[in-house]
Amino acid sequence: MTSPDTFVGHDEAAATTTPVVRRRRRRPSLERMLFFLVFLGLPLVVYLMFVVSPFLQSFYYSLTNWSGLSPSMDFIGLENYERIFGDAVFWKSLRNNLILLVLLPTITITLSFALAVMVTIGGSTHGGVRGVRGAGFYRVISFFPYAVPAVITGILFNFIYHPGGGLLNGFLNLVVGAVNAVIGLLGLGPVPEIHNAWLGDQRFALAAVAFAMIWTFVGFYMVLFVASIKSIPSEVLEAARIDGAGRLRTAVQVVAPMVRDNISTAVVYIGIFALDAFTFISVMTPNGGTGNSTKVVSLHLYQTAFRDGRFGEASAMGVLMAIVTMLVAVVVITVGRPRKDER
Amino acid sequence: MNPTTTRPGAEHTDRPADVTAAGRRRGGSSARPPRSSEGRGYSALHHIILSIWALLVILPLLWTVYTSFKTSQEILTDPFGLPAEPQLENYSRAWTEAKIGQYFANTLIVVGSALIIVMLLGAMCAYILARYRFPGNRAIYFGMVAGLTFPIFLAVVPLFFVLRNMGLLEGRMGLVGVTLSYVAFALPFTVFFLHSFFASLPEEIGEAAAIDGAGDFRTFFQVMLPMAKPGLASLAIFNFLGLWNQYLLPLVLNTDRRNYVLAQGLVNLQAQQGYKVDWGGMFASVVITVIPVIVVYVIFQRQLQGGVGPSTNK
Repeated sequence: MTSPDTFVGHDEAAATTTPVVRRRRRRPSLERMLFFLVFLGLPLVVYLMFVVSPFLQSFYYSLTNWSGLSPSMDFIGLENYERIFGDAVFWKSLRNNLILLVLLPTITITLSFALAVMVTIGGSTHGGVRGVRGAGFYRVISFFPYAVPAVITGILFNFIYHPGGGLLNGFLNLVVGAVNAVIGLLGLGPVPEIHNAWLGDQRFALAAVAFAMIWTFVGFYMVLFVASIKSIPSEVLEAARIDGAGRLRTAVQVVAPMVRDNISTAVVYIGIFALDAFTFISVMTPNGGTGNSTKVVSLHLYQTAFRDGRFGEASAMGVLMAIVTMLVAVVVITVGRPRKDER
Repeated sequence: MNPTTTRPGAEHTDRPADVTAAGRRRGGSSARPPRSSEGRGYSALHHIILSIWALLVILPLLWTVYTSFKTSQEILTDPFGLPAEPQLENYSRAWTEAKIGQYFANTLIVVGSALIIVMLLGAMCAYILARYRFPGNRAIYFGMVAGLTFPIFLAVVPLFFVLRNMGLLEGRMGLVGVTLSYVAFALPFTVFFLHSFFASLPEEIGEAAAIDGAGDFRTFFQVMLPMAKPGLASLAIFNFLGLWNQYLLPLVLNTDRRNYVLAQGLVNLQAQQGYKVDWGGMFASVVITVIPVIVVYVIFQRQLQGGVGPSTNK
């Protein structure tokens, strides 16, 4: 009866006189235990059950010949991995992933950083360092594509790239029409109209899909960079300007190093995305394009598992990609922040 | 409820606002001697570049919107022309025949409940990991954050069978399974984001609450959670966009056609169309899916300026 009361009393006394240290040494109270159980236990159970355990299972499945349908499976060691290494489609898919891995972060981050700089410090040089007029408008508009679900963006670009009524061919044919009008005056033959199936053409397909991805991400990272550039003390930027640094130099030599952490975070995120890319690819080129020109590992994996019923082999592919992803993340993070002390 | 707890709280919630205020201050008043005359030229150049980008973003979206009012015939023969007569039937056809209405409801249920659950679980977990010291704390935190780099497609296959064994794959229970997996996969980012937020709250607040006799639960719900509001708001937007965006998880786990979410429904619609293409209905479906997200974003975009990522509100 009395013990809970004295417990609480003791707790209060400890908290007021010698706050932190002694409280921590005490045996945890019942409330504290319940608190930990609910607050830590519940999220952990969900995380372990639906994220960690499937991941661990897939490592095991990758060593079996499981078909997914049959309950039985045999342990076959590294046979799946051998098969994958001999699979030309896998290499082609991996190559496409790696192209995206180089292309997407480079273009997206360069573009979004440049736009963010213009919006924040690119304004008139009269008065303080400031962004262009209507900066808020540009920032809000640029973010729109990120708010459009990737599936929709994919469908939207399918329309844009459509050989018949698509926006891109329509636009190009306006140009073609103008050109023909001009060279017609010179008595030259007309340039043929363009009816390119951009996503069906091996030469353009991957670039066309990549453009849709870049279109989606630039605004998001621009908003991210704008926020971090704004947190740079204005004295720093004004000092740079008084020292005679032009805008380009200020952006590259003053601003970029100061938002370095954000840039490396952005590289990691876009990199992880580039190694996945499933949604865009599977919506825009459901079978991986003509001659697998846009096939990526995630799509190959999906087809191997759910179309061909080779779950073991698909799991092995997933394991390989997980290793590649982790490697990329670790490399970018170690290269990206040599100065950890600076906050 | 008590001066010692509310004061630092106010200070904290002010912080993101301060960041934007500083930005504005820099933008506005400080007077500097005018410099080079070519400055105006640069400014114009920047406007041109920014406008080109804005057009690249806006034009496809505008084109989609007005195309959704055209007949399929018009769309194919004249991709740029305005509709001769606005085809509102496109929308009713999309909503009922193409079942976009039903997919919409499913999406709202799944995304809405997953969002609430993940925000709550994530805040709880991040709070404990950020504010309490106990053996294994770091290990759990890194185990969680490592989840950010796990490729989802590696987990979907076994996850499919985990859910099937729990009976969360068939019929209406399928929605529960999808919701739980949404929660689980959004958890690492949520914890990562909020961890730095809770860690930055001053130590004294918790002590003050303890002195006032508030237990762990009350301290969390009545003191800490309200203080984390700015962080929770931007995070909620990111999570909403992320969950609304999910495709691979529902594609694999949400196999019952009645449970389809919008993303699945639309892809399915597009794939089914084949040769008897209902372009008008298709464009209308796209507009129906995009508008709510854009509206949510425009209403809440202010929240994203102070602290976008955990690393930006330093």
